[in-house]
Amino acid sequence: MNQTAYALPAAPAGILSTRPAAQARGVAASELFKLRVADLHKRYGDNEVLKGVSLDARSGDVISLIGTSGSGKSTMLRCINFLEQPDQGSITLDGQTIRIQHSRAGVRSADKAQLQGLRTRLAMVFQNFNLWSHLSVLDNITLAPRQVLGVSAREAEERAHAYLDKVGLPERVATQYPAFLSGGQQQRVAIARALAMEPEIILFDEPTSALDPELVGEVLKVIQTLAEEGRTMIMVTHEMGFARQVSSQVLFLHQGRVEEQGGAEILDQPRSERLQQFLSNRLK
Amino acid sequence: MIELLNEYGQAFLWHDGYNLSGLAMTLWLLVASIALGFILALPLAVARVSPNRLLRWPVQFYTYLFRGTPLYIQLLICYTGLYSLEVVRAQPLLDGFFREAINCTLLAFALNTGAYTVEIFAGAIRNIPHGEIEAARAYGLCGWRLYARLILPSALRRGLPYYGNEVILMLHATSLAFTATVPDILKVARDANAATFMTFEAFGIAALLYMLLSFLLVGLFRLAERRWMTFLGPTRG
Amino acid sequence: MNDLLHSLGLPGVELHGFGPLLLQGIWMTLKLALLSLLLSVALGLLGASAKLSPRRPLRLLAMGYTTLIRGVPDLVLILLIFYSLQTWLNELTDALGWDYLEIDPFSAGVATLGFIYGAYFTETFRGAILSVPRGQLEAATAYGLGALKRFRLVLFPQMMRFALPGLGNNWLVLLKATALVSIIGLADLVKAVQNAGKSSGEPFHFLIIAGLVYLLITSLSNLLLRQLERRYNTGIKELAP
Repeated sequence: MNQTAYALPAAPAGILSTRPAAQARGVAASELFKLRVADLHKRYGDNEVLKGVSLDARSGDVISLIGTSGSGKSTMLRCINFLEQPDQGSITLDGQTIRIQHSRAGVRSADKAQLQGLRTRLAMVFQNFNLWSHLSVLDNITLAPRQVLGVSAREAEERAHAYLDKVGLPERVATQYPAFLSGGQQQRVAIARALAMEPEIILFDEPTSALDPELVGEVLKVIQTLAEEGRTMIMVTHEMGFARQVSSQVLFLHQGRVEEQGGAEILDQPRSERLQQFLSNRLK
Repeated sequence: MIELLNEYGQAFLWHDGYNLSGLAMTLWLLVASIALGFILALPLAVARVSPNRLLRWPVQFYTYLFRGTPLYIQLLICYTGLYSLEVVRAQPLLDGFFREAINCTLLAFALNTGAYTVEIFAGAIRNIPHGEIEAARAYGLCGWRLYARLILPSALRRGLPYYGNEVILMLHATSLAFTATVPDILKVARDANAATFMTFEAFGIAALLYMLLSFLLVGLFRLAERRWMTFLGPTRG
Repeated sequence: MNDLLHSLGLPGVELHGFGPLLLQGIWMTLKLALLSLLLSVALGLLGASAKLSPRRPLRLLAMGYTTLIRGVPDLVLILLIFYSLQTWLNELTDALGWDYLEIDPFSAGVATLGFIYGAYFTETFRGAILSVPRGQLEAATAYGLGALKRFRLVLFPQMMRFALPGLGNNWLVLLKATALVSIIGLADLVKAVQNAGKSSGEPFHFLIIAGLVYLLITSLSNLLLRQLERRYNTGIKELAP
């Protein structure tokens, strides 16, 4: 993994400036981008939640989706791994486009095998952790690698211990059930579960919104470490300070559209009135 | 009392001289019907919560029929009803099956407990937090793997207290077997009563045996709950 | 009854002239179930208050009652109580030199079923009483309501809301358990279809009819219960600020 090369050594720890633009000019756009999300539409009945949103992620990008609740940012993230079925648009991962099948009943899922393939390469971290409550922490982390990726039991366990260590959890939590852990610990287990899939992209859906304020820090620290390693991540977040610190790109969504988009600096110098308003409301 | 025990003690516990009887027969009825009902209920519970109506409705109809009518009627239909039909007797295979009282009894019991078990497990599946299933899908688990590795193991644990209750109710229900001449505990008690006229003693011994079995089952399920339900968290109980 | 079925477009249901017998059976089943229900609800209320009583002997008595009943199959209890009652009565009449008195199977059936299901209602009511927030009763005491008024005006209406689902379930189990009383010789629906089946040589046909009748009663009960629950719950919401 040469993604760490993007980190600027001069930058103070934890603060990454905008990443360099595409280094390899002249390469086809589909090869340039790790993930391209183009023109996503999603409606529930008459309510159009996404009105054509797009996003391009290079390898090593950290993209933050921000906006008020109901702006469509979570829906957009959930459309990327088809937890919600987009009505229109395309998702391209490493130049391979996921087909969205249209059937008489409306839009149905993409090609099943292709969809499974996509999901094994994108790991998701949820707002409410969504750990499997009847499984121990260890089993939570090893289940998908073993059952979906076909990793051997031994290797899956080794991975689990390594990633638990990485998210800063002691060895002994491995045997515990999620309900016995604090929210911050649970979310760190969920991040370890995502890492154990060795995904190409990690999706974070408001990873700290369900946490008590004093537990937010420990989770953000872990995410920051991942950002510094140059992992490709897309994150829905309300933590503006954190977004400013780690993002290479920020998308501000408003009423189902991308209202403003740019590097982390747009959080300091917003161009659109809506983003200015949104940010000043946040600061109050 | 002593003479009653001398005469019928063995029959009450395990053998009446010809067949398994009493406690042993009751246990056999319980284990066999619970096992058959469980095997039947597992796939049907999955169908019961399916979004596909063609799968869901037949199962719903089955549980509606068997939960809406008394087990005694179901047993009578299996034992006297079906065998009275010409169609059944003309078929050597069916004839052979329905001629044996124990087969009819087990069939009725298994179908009955199966119906209740389907609803218990279907309810437990519905009780799994939606987010956990969503996470499984997001991690690429789908189809039978999703059920075998995640949904069913979770549902079986969640349904455990209700299932334990059903097993105890089924133990009680096996006492109907004597009406089909199966020599269970209650049949032995009836025979003992008819022969000795020691009514209270004869039925009292039966009641005692059932009570002991019930307590044993309650204890076993408590242990099982302690073993498999701790995941629900420290606040529970 | 045949004419009625024919006019309803159900000519396939052939009763062979056993219609009146079946109707009598259905009536007997319903009477038995409803009277047992009354008795068991009364016993259940008593049992629940005993279980929650500060007096230890009462609590122990109630606990023994529910433990015994829930540990022993209802059929075994029915036979035990029914035959033993008769035997004890015989001994009593013998000792007193009276004539032989036979227990009427109907009263025995009601008493037995009521006694058994009283234990289940005890548990239902106990749970329901415990679900009513303590503060409600404290408030009633603080406003000077006496014990009886506290029960009638505050505890009972609220606990019924919590008890309703359990009550409904117990009623359905009780209704199905009435099928067992044919074993002690009561002429209920099951006995009626067994007799009709024997005489007509078509036991299957008549058993299916009995099954359908039970299904009809349980379905109607379910509908009614659901309506009751809905009414109770909307009432609560309307009352809420």
